[in-house]
Amino acid sequence: MEIRPILASLRKHRIPAVLIVLEIALACAVLCNAVFMIGQRVASIHWSNAIDEQGISVVTVNGADPKRASSEMPRNLVALRGIAGVTAVAAATSMPLDQNPALSPFVAKPDAQTTVNTSVYFIGSDGEQAMGLRLLQGRWFNADEYADSGFKNFSSTGHVALVTQSDANRLWPGQSALGKTLYTNATGWTVVGVVADVLAQDPKFSGPGGMYSSVFFPLQADGVMGDYVLRSTPQDRERVEREAVQVLGKLQPGAVVEGKTYAGMRSDYFADTNSMVWMLVLVCVVMLAVTAFGIVGLTSFWVQQRRRQIGIRRAVGATRGHILSYFRTENFLLSTAGVLIGLALAFGINLFLMDHYEMDRMPWYYLPGGAIALWLLGQVAVLGPALRAANVPPVVATRSV
Amino acid sequence: MFGYYLDLALRSLRRNKVLTALMIVALGLGIGACITTLTVLRLLSGDPLPQKSARLFYAQVDPYTKDGYVAGKTKPQRLMAYADAMNLLHAHQAERQVAIALTNAKVAPLRAGEHPFFSDGVMTTADFFTMFDAPFQYGGGWSAADDESRAQVVVISDFLNDQLFGGASSVGRIIRVNDHDLRIIGVLKHWAPQPRFYTQELGGRSYGDGDAVFLPLQTARAANMDPTNDDCWAVADTSKLETAPCIWLGFWVELSSDAEAAAYRQFLSNYAQQQIALGRFYRPEVALSDLMQWLRNEKVVPDDVRLQAGLAFGFLLICVVNTVGLLLAKCLRRSQEIGVRRALGAMRREIFTQFMVEAGMVGVAGGLLGLAFAEFGLWCIRHQPAEYGGLAHLDIHMFLLTFLVALVSSLVAGLLPAWRASRLAPGSQLKAA
Repeated sequence: MEIRPILASLRKHRIPAVLIVLEIALACAVLCNAVFMIGQRVASIHWSNAIDEQGISVVTVNGADPKRASSEMPRNLVALRGIAGVTAVAAATSMPLDQNPALSPFVAKPDAQTTVNTSVYFIGSDGEQAMGLRLLQGRWFNADEYADSGFKNFSSTGHVALVTQSDANRLWPGQSALGKTLYTNATGWTVVGVVADVLAQDPKFSGPGGMYSSVFFPLQADGVMGDYVLRSTPQDRERVEREAVQVLGKLQPGAVVEGKTYAGMRSDYFADTNSMVWMLVLVCVVMLAVTAFGIVGLTSFWVQQRRRQIGIRRAVGATRGHILSYFRTENFLLSTAGVLIGLALAFGINLFLMDHYEMDRMPWYYLPGGAIALWLLGQVAVLGPALRAANVPPVVATRSV
Repeated sequence: MFGYYLDLALRSLRRNKVLTALMIVALGLGIGACITTLTVLRLLSGDPLPQKSARLFYAQVDPYTKDGYVAGKTKPQRLMAYADAMNLLHAHQAERQVAIALTNAKVAPLRAGEHPFFSDGVMTTADFFTMFDAPFQYGGGWSAADDESRAQVVVISDFLNDQLFGGASSVGRIIRVNDHDLRIIGVLKHWAPQPRFYTQELGGRSYGDGDAVFLPLQTARAANMDPTNDDCWAVADTSKLETAPCIWLGFWVELSSDAEAAAYRQFLSNYAQQQIALGRFYRPEVALSDLMQWLRNEKVVPDDVRLQAGLAFGFLLICVVNTVGLLLAKCLRRSQEIGVRRALGAMRREIFTQFMVEAGMVGVAGGLLGLAFAEFGLWCIRHQPAEYGGLAHLDIHMFLLTFLVALVSSLVAGLLPAWRASRLAPGSQLKAA
């Protein structure tokens, strides 16, 4: 395909050509950044979490008398174990993603400093089973450790802890964490086990450094544990949650009892993110549609304006295919110019967003991705008008308009 | 003449319905997206107490140790320790001063058989209601003496009063909060300033409903009510937060002039120096921000909301470029008509005006459609889980702004096509015909 006549014709219609280029450039710039934002958010919605998310329900008991906890909690746990389908029950202070962060800085030496906020979980006997933690190294807490560990001044009076794999790598890179001592405020605990990465209580707040930084302590029956964690099969979880709320509501009439499945907790945590994703998707789709219709409109006008020239070309021997490919090549040239400007613009917008918002650098492959999307969009949009042009009969050349 | 242009514009728009519809829908979508996001942005970045915000200041001092401290770079802590809040409160260096913490208050039901429930509670001091212009429906607030004597009193919100007492005056009645009996001394009228400025850093929501119960700080602490957020810089016995090395209170002062603000800043600075001399403090930094500055420091408007507004403007820009292209196509197609009009004596200015009127009509239609899209967009936001969702409504300012944006963007879009149309040479166009 000869490009020179196309360029010559574009030079004569500079303003419409510039407008198409501009529109494609803007669409490309916005598209790259919007898709990047969608990608980041979708990735966060799917953050992995090494607990049995599908099988857990959590019932929270608030406002019970803490002094009576040591007698009430074992009774409550027995009652909950009696619910059909429950395979494990335990009490805990909090759960991943429950947005009620209890954070402490944990370090490998007594006098070291860190900016990482570690989520602290206290779990009662059987806690590892009820949450479905996955042990990678070492061992679980034993019965004595559960029975002898208390809670004072927001920390454990016991001597042992479980850490996540991320923390094990952060605190003791290249070494086994087992048997090492974990410190906060100059108090130390021995690491007895390493578990697969569990999400923080509020990973968006903890940030990339702290989202998988979690530590688990054993705890005897203590009123500070307000969550009852129940594990069942995914099919049973809704019923288990309902029955557990009824059971605890009867046993603790003076307290506020609320239940949720863990799947529900997760979708609550990401509800905002989810609606932002949908809004971004909607904007992208509508924007691409507007751009496509803009190309259709301008090209149609162009075709109509050049009916006579098209007729003449057809009369002197050009086939329909020639006319079709003329308009498609023209659109390809305009798209290319638009995409090149658009990519520079997309990169600039990304830099601006990195400066002003918590945004990462866009990986390079978003740029060619956006470029290909707009090339395709241009080709699809131009097809209709180009076909109409190809159907112009040669006889038009002999008519005056 | 204007009527004639309107007539011409209508005819022209009707001649090519698809193109016209395309322009109006695209412009409407762009405007709808902009107005929706701007309404939310305005709502979230608004002034919660417009009549008073310039006189309210948030005070900060820093009781933390030398760990992690970089002189001149470390900003003072955003919360205050109990000892400092009480020292500043009792110093009475400002017209009014108040210490605040949030709490979850367990409210017992009045009727047997119902379950207790948690409500958002505010633990604060006597000046809270006068300082923040919280209006009373029945009764009133408590006094500084009540603060000191741990009076067993409580102020409740209109919605809690409606829920528990069916909206009748409940002053003098007793409610059970965190298993302690408290006498109601006041019921607020509806009061929910947005953003909820006084809850920043205290562990509360930034937007949404107001709080349900307001208790004197020391009364609440005596009833074992814990602050929603606390931060400790050393091993702390958190059951005795008053003496523990922990920060958990927000501290606000009311100052009526810049001079007073400067004086108070100096007072805070002197206070920090004095505490350093006593060996309690290590860091001399203090801060005093007015209400709007404090909200900016706190970045109270979510990033996503600002990104959405930016995105909507990008989208509107694309829609405007699109409209320029389509208007240009339309007007160049009418070269002959323009040639005839010019030949019959129409001035360039008149052709220009004619096409601008046409662009304006597209704008008004796009604005009307944009209004519909914006109403729909806001309806969607109201049904979102976001805490500010329920507040998203179009007000008269945004209503007018819609048409302003519509007209401005359509006229900007019309400039180039109208200018091109007015430049066409009449002769060549007539010849071609």
